[in-house]
Amino acid sequence: MSENTSVLTADPLAIVRGAAAMSEAEAAEVKRGLLEGYPAKIARKREKQIVVNSRDERGYSPEIQANTRTLPGVITQRGCTYAGCKGVVVGPTRDILQITHGPIGCGFYSWLTRRNQTRAESPDDDNFMPYALSTDLQDNDIVFGGEKKLRKAIREAYDIFKPKAIAVFSTCPVGLIGDDVHAAARDLSAELGITVFAMSCEGYKGVSQSAGHHIANNAVFTHVVGKNETAPEGEFKVNMLGEYNIGGDSFELERIFEDLGITLVTTFSGNSTFVSMGQAPFADLDIVMCHRSINYMAEMLETKYGIPWFKVNFIGAGPTGKSLRHIAEYFGDSGLSDRTEALIERESAAARAVLEEVKPRLEGKTVLMYVGGSRAHHYQDLFRELGMKVLSAGYEFAHRDDYEGRKVIPDIKIDADSRNIEVLEVSPEPERYAPRRTETQLATLRASGVPVDDYDGMMGEMADGTLVIDDVSHYETEKLIELLKPDLLCAGIKEKYVVQKHGIPLKQLHSYDSGGPYAGFKGAVNFYREIDRLVNGSVWGKIKAPWDLNPELSGTYGSL
Amino acid sequence: MPTLPLLRHTGPETVAREALTINPAKTCQPIGALYAALGVHGCLPHSHGSQGCCAYHRSALTRHYKEPVMAATSSFTEGASVFGGQSNLLQAIATIFSLYDPEIIAVHTTCLSETIGDDIPQIIGKAEAEGKIPPGRYVMHASTPSYVGSHVTGFSSMTRAFVDYFAESTGRKSDSYAVFPGWVEPADMAELKRLFSEMGLRITMLPDTSGVLDAPLTGRYEMYPEGGTRLEDIRRMGDSAASFALGPLASGAAAKLLDTKCRVPTAILDLPIGLSATDRLVDTVRKVAGVSVPESIVRERGRLVDMMADMHQYTYGKTVALAGDPDQLCSLAEFLRDLDMKVKYVVTGTPGKSFETRLAELIGEPGPGDFRGAPGDLFALHQHLKAERTDLLIANTYGKYIARDEDIPYVRFGFPILDRVGHADFATAGYRGGLRLLEKILSALMDRIDRDAPNEKFELIL
Repeated sequence: MSENTSVLTADPLAIVRGAAAMSEAEAAEVKRGLLEGYPAKIARKREKQIVVNSRDERGYSPEIQANTRTLPGVITQRGCTYAGCKGVVVGPTRDILQITHGPIGCGFYSWLTRRNQTRAESPDDDNFMPYALSTDLQDNDIVFGGEKKLRKAIREAYDIFKPKAIAVFSTCPVGLIGDDVHAAARDLSAELGITVFAMSCEGYKGVSQSAGHHIANNAVFTHVVGKNETAPEGEFKVNMLGEYNIGGDSFELERIFEDLGITLVTTFSGNSTFVSMGQAPFADLDIVMCHRSINYMAEMLETKYGIPWFKVNFIGAGPTGKSLRHIAEYFGDSGLSDRTEALIERESAAARAVLEEVKPRLEGKTVLMYVGGSRAHHYQDLFRELGMKVLSAGYEFAHRDDYEGRKVIPDIKIDADSRNIEVLEVSPEPERYAPRRTETQLATLRASGVPVDDYDGMMGEMADGTLVIDDVSHYETEKLIELLKPDLLCAGIKEKYVVQKHGIPLKQLHSYDSGGPYAGFKGAVNFYREIDRLVNGSVWGKIKAPWDLNPELSGTYGSL
Repeated sequence: MPTLPLLRHTGPETVAREALTINPAKTCQPIGALYAALGVHGCLPHSHGSQGCCAYHRSALTRHYKEPVMAATSSFTEGASVFGGQSNLLQAIATIFSLYDPEIIAVHTTCLSETIGDDIPQIIGKAEAEGKIPPGRYVMHASTPSYVGSHVTGFSSMTRAFVDYFAESTGRKSDSYAVFPGWVEPADMAELKRLFSEMGLRITMLPDTSGVLDAPLTGRYEMYPEGGTRLEDIRRMGDSAASFALGPLASGAAAKLLDTKCRVPTAILDLPIGLSATDRLVDTVRKVAGVSVPESIVRERGRLVDMMADMHQYTYGKTVALAGDPDQLCSLAEFLRDLDMKVKYVVTGTPGKSFETRLAELIGEPGPGDFRGAPGDLFALHQHLKAERTDLLIANTYGKYIARDEDIPYVRFGFPILDRVGHADFATAGYRGGLRLLEKILSALMDRIDRDAPNEKFELIL
């Protein structure tokens, strides 16, 4: 382990659980404040989705209700199944030509808006990211069916772009009018001699984007993974799952892996290609960033090919170091371990230097974070490094396991909305299944702290007395600002300017406010500086005019 | 490795497409309905469909305005999609009034609820009968399936719906005028109000997003900001002496309904963007209201003509490609013609024959090599630009990919603008707006002259 080289007394990058910023009683009081303005019916539902964290001696957190419907009329952060499928999981892959089957809106809104960066290596490396393709269904198509138009659109798209693969995404009306998008995809795949696959990711399919992640995982696993027989070169071959290259996060991680001699076979799906995802079965390890959106893929890759997975977190310099050590430990190679330690040592020093500068201006400031399905967890480590206190956090579309850890999966009630989403039957593929590690080896890794096949969830790492809120509403956000008076909020674009009108800065953790990368060591440094900029920006002191600060008309112009 | 073009799969050969839209020059109806409803004071827009529609529309408008954009959703799941959205909407109405206390809920439909066939007036009636709508509060609706028209017709339908639900005629005409501003920016609405006021008219503008989507940072968030058309003013619109509908596509339907419903005669005009279209508005107002044009407006006009004359050498003969919405494109094209520029390509995603007819009336039929795509998309526009470049591109933010690839001077205009500010704060409508638009065009053209001039031709004075 690297020695602490900082002049600070405690290593700011050491991963320690934050002390409680509120007592459990105080947090319970805030919870009461959130619920009291609600009509009884809504209060009853929200009561189960707002939880004061309090872990028992086994590390179990209180149960939180998650992945259930948002009540109609409640202003929510959540989007739809299509957004999770096209926008999140499949969208970032540059060489799969993506066609939205439906009226124009959905394709338009998911066009270049998520900041998934991608870098084509050469002119032959297709990059369709700046294109939005849609069947733009019209009323006639709704009445008479849109399948013929879809088939024609796929042919037209093929003629223009000559892609290796085409993906089709269904929007709400498609499911209702009964277009068989899968038959169209099968037929066109045979006709054109390329991969064509469709996803029934109609917006109404689930309670949030989450259902769309699952549908996308299934489709990519079925139609893309394993379709490229060319084995990649490399000693330590890894797939990175649930990293979408927002603001260039994947680029920073690719840099680190390259430096360490780790071969990144593919990422699901930041800066990825159809070609690289096809090679995923050649990897010897899957590392999982966003557990929520991609855990299905990790499980299926393990079952079918024997590739173990574990959860990593590359947000924060401390967690990045810890995750890299886990990878080195998994491969058990002394050369890799040495390179890993040297890199951590080198790059942490730069992070510590910036922390020393900005931490005195940020220490003790308070944060609320309501975002995504993993980010509200990942970014807590960055705020801990800055000495800031997370008073409350929650996810937009996560499930109970993302809060409480995978140990609760057997207890999760499968409701009608989840039952909609197909769970693929996966079994070991006779030709290619090869467990990369024995059970004994995996047990040894677990014993030394590598979370093999596991994720402990957000609440396990949060202090008792923090308030955990699933699917926070606009109403609650307003109340929280009033009751907790935080110094910073983290959420998305829809919340940003609401919060800032209060005079409180908001950091977008979906799009990063056009900033980033925030992953890895360089990303951590970017984030430290960004939070310093936001929290200590001059503008927040300029909201009140001089005459508001000192309204008395005491001076006379004779005395000026 | 040299930088690859961004849109490198776009070639110069135009291929006929029947089924596939690539890089659309439009979006769907509900977002227009949402924008229009934000221009009514105390109104909360409500999207009757899946959560994603509402999330996408709020995000797009927020990115365009850098302002809070509030709307609620019926949060359809599969059950609602099978059994209909009635219970979702009833529940939403009750929830919204108890949590967010708006004066009006403006429901717009989506492709989902329209395909299911939800009967919104019946559901609103039921909500009323069940006491879910508090006294003095209202729920109204517009039908805006995404598979018809575009964002512009959604705006039009919601504006019309406000007239339909609320405008009343008492039988006594007032001396006030109704103004439908069309889908323009808050700054344009403020500028138009000033223009009418300068001419001595009392008006009610519907909708009016000034004071809503350009709100100040005060340290206090107002869910229902100061601005927006007041409900009592919408009611009184039925007694207006006359109405002015600016932009036939966005405003015509509301004005026509106000005429049939309340016998308010209307003048449907082009959007007052640029010199000639503003001239027609001012001249029509003068005649309809029987007022003379004040000296202040004569001076404003003169300043615009002055800049057009002073800088004529830089605009004369320059070719332009345009993408945007029909009402804007007609007036903009006419303004460019007034500047002796040549409008070579025009693309809008919004379908409708009347646009092409009006455009031809204003700037003539397309010449050889010209292209008018209605409906068309940015991919087609780009192919034409590859075949023959223009000197200028005017489009929304999505145009920046084309502008960079083809190295064309570029002015952002229209919806959405996601990467620059100012459009909500500085008008492009009216004579003063014309000055700003012209300044932007000239800056784009002259920056290019400076960039490309060899040392010996680099000039201090332009």
